[in-house]
Amino acid sequence: MLSGPRTATDRSKLPFCHESFHNLQELRHSASLANKVFIQRDYTEGTICRFQTKFPSELESRIERSLFEDTVKTLNNYYAEAEKIGGQSYLEGCLACTTAYLIFLCMETRYEKVLKKISRYIQEQNEKIYAPRGLLITDPIDRGMRVIEISIYEDRGSSGSSSGSSSTTSSSGR
Amino acid sequence: MYSLKHLGVAEPMRECEYSQISTRSSTPMESPHKRKSLKKKWQAFQGRNKFYCDGRIMMARQTGVFYLTLVLIVVTSGLFFVFDCPFLSSHLTPAIPVMGGVLFGFVMGTLLRTSFSDPGVLPRATPDEAADLERQIDVANGSGTTGYRPPPRTREVVINGQTVKLKYCFTCKIFRPPRASHCSLCDNCVERFDHHCPWVGNCVGRRNYRFFYMFILSLSFLTLFIFSFVITHVILRSHSIGFLSALKDSPASVLEVVVCFFSVWSIVGLSGFHTYLIGSNQTTNEDIKGSWSSKRGKDNYNPYSHGNLFTNCCAALCGPLPPSLIDRRGYVLPNTPLPAPPTNGITMYGATQSQSHMCDQDQCIQSTKFVLQAAATPLLQSAEPRLVTEELPLPGRTSLGGPCPSLLLGQPTPPTSTPSLSCDGEIIPPHPSHPPEPPHLHPHAPHHHHAPHPHHHFLTPEEAPSPPGMLPCGSPLSHSHTVPFYHPASQDSLHEDSVRGLVKLSSV
Repeated sequence: MLSGPRTATDRSKLPFCHESFHNLQELRHSASLANKVFIQRDYTEGTICRFQTKFPSELESRIERSLFEDTVKTLNNYYAEAEKIGGQSYLEGCLACTTAYLIFLCMETRYEKVLKKISRYIQEQNEKIYAPRGLLITDPIDRGMRVIEISIYEDRGSSGSSSGSSSTTSSSGR
Repeated sequence: MYSLKHLGVAEPMRECEYSQISTRSSTPMESPHKRKSLKKKWQAFQGRNKFYCDGRIMMARQTGVFYLTLVLIVVTSGLFFVFDCPFLSSHLTPAIPVMGGVLFGFVMGTLLRTSFSDPGVLPRATPDEAADLERQIDVANGSGTTGYRPPPRTREVVINGQTVKLKYCFTCKIFRPPRASHCSLCDNCVERFDHHCPWVGNCVGRRNYRFFYMFILSLSFLTLFIFSFVITHVILRSHSIGFLSALKDSPASVLEVVVCFFSVWSIVGLSGFHTYLIGSNQTTNEDIKGSWSSKRGKDNYNPYSHGNLFTNCCAALCGPLPPSLIDRRGYVLPNTPLPAPPTNGITMYGATQSQSHMCDQDQCIQSTKFVLQAAATPLLQSAEPRLVTEELPLPGRTSLGGPCPSLLLGQPTPPTSTPSLSCDGEIIPPHPSHPPEPPHLHPHAPHHHHAPHPHHHFLTPEEAPSPPGMLPCGSPLSHSHTVPFYHPASQDSLHEDSVRGLVKLSSV
């Protein structure tokens, strides 16, 4: 499981790493990781990046099907946008070619911009939807774009560690 | 219940470090002061690549031919600028050296970009992913693994109406995406694998194909440019002083003409070939295998083609450039799931998941079991597990023992192929039931001359990309890795060996 570095400077050097995510990760390690579900790629439309929207059985009791499918569909749309071949990508490609690709020293490619959007989206989904249900989505870019890894955590309850008890106290305090 | 508060920024750092200590006693504790000791991911990379400039530059292991390419281009162009350009710019136009300079710059830029960039390497599966896939495969195939050859691991997917088989890569422990292939020289799965080019010292794949194409195209122009202008130079000079004295005056021209003459055929031919490939949206791999040729069947067509020539070209050359998936310069954090170590057929089917978890004694027992089970080559078997345990804890190191088994492990096929036993030069045997990497072994002979320009690497095993000293060491390892699953009935000599071995074992 990827966890954040200790200092802010370290963190700033890593892509796709967010402070709240980092804290959630640390907390997760005190909670027990029950299982991991892997959403595989869907190659029916060729080599473009698409993930299967089939709802895995392990998540049936944890999250509503519609929420899950929405997340995956949105991710698929983002990836399609990144890999779209159209006017803008041609322009970018030609411009890059004429400048001998030096232009990418100053600006980032459209793909990278979309990847950042995806990373923000995943973090937001984790915070709002998945974490409250004891789930955690790992950004596919951290897994080589092969899978969407969803970690399933068990609720510790009152018999847990300090973090478990703090979670109950804080939830009661909410 | 997990609340947002725990995700909040207010969470003190101290608590995180505390939980780090309590839960991760086995991994080294990282403190801010020890940041310098954190390894970068390229240092722990499991493929057989070389990295320079702190991970910014990535090349294949064998770079000798790349330096030859560099020398040829630089020297020839240098001679042109020094010996021919002064005459040409004064007698014809100064635009000639300028154009030559621009072409030369473009050639060098694209060459370096092709050679130094990540071709689209797929990172290996993390242990959790690999285990999950194994479970799925076992469920799909049933658990009838008795130590003999298991059913091939493939998945079928329908892409735009064509059925495409996705193969499982035993080294990388993933199902390869369509058009991806495992390069046995670099020991990586590469997306949209075209071929491994020794001349650029790297694989050519999704991320650097356009640079490669630009390189060969511009090199064709440069070669033709130099060739024609050197001849012009000699002819113009010989008008005034005669042919032989013209040659004597600029001896470099002879060398340039010779180099250009021999290069022009292969490079221009190669450019033409790749232009055809781009137009039809195929990779060299697919073209050689004839995957989408109509000879295979009336309904066989290329499902990846966009339909028209223009779109195919634009997509290949001006399409979006995906980022590197391997994050070479990131730090290896204590919790980063490092890819599972490569396993061979033994560990896959029946034995343990990872031999590093077994103690040596267990391995001995296990190996002996295999010998008795499959009547395989013997005493060498007992030596093998030790070698494997030694190399597994050092995934990043490119030790002598490492690449050798991994060369064989790089095979996507279950290790039952006969040729692998013979180990007399062909480390990378083409397995009949899996026509996989070997496609990039085949020369481009059908398309154009290829003598000076081998894009195949069947030369390279003989040139010994892996240290030559390993060939002998390769044989015992290959025997021990592959033989247990080999049906002895089909090879009398093997049967003899095994009987001899059993006799030896019993005497121990």
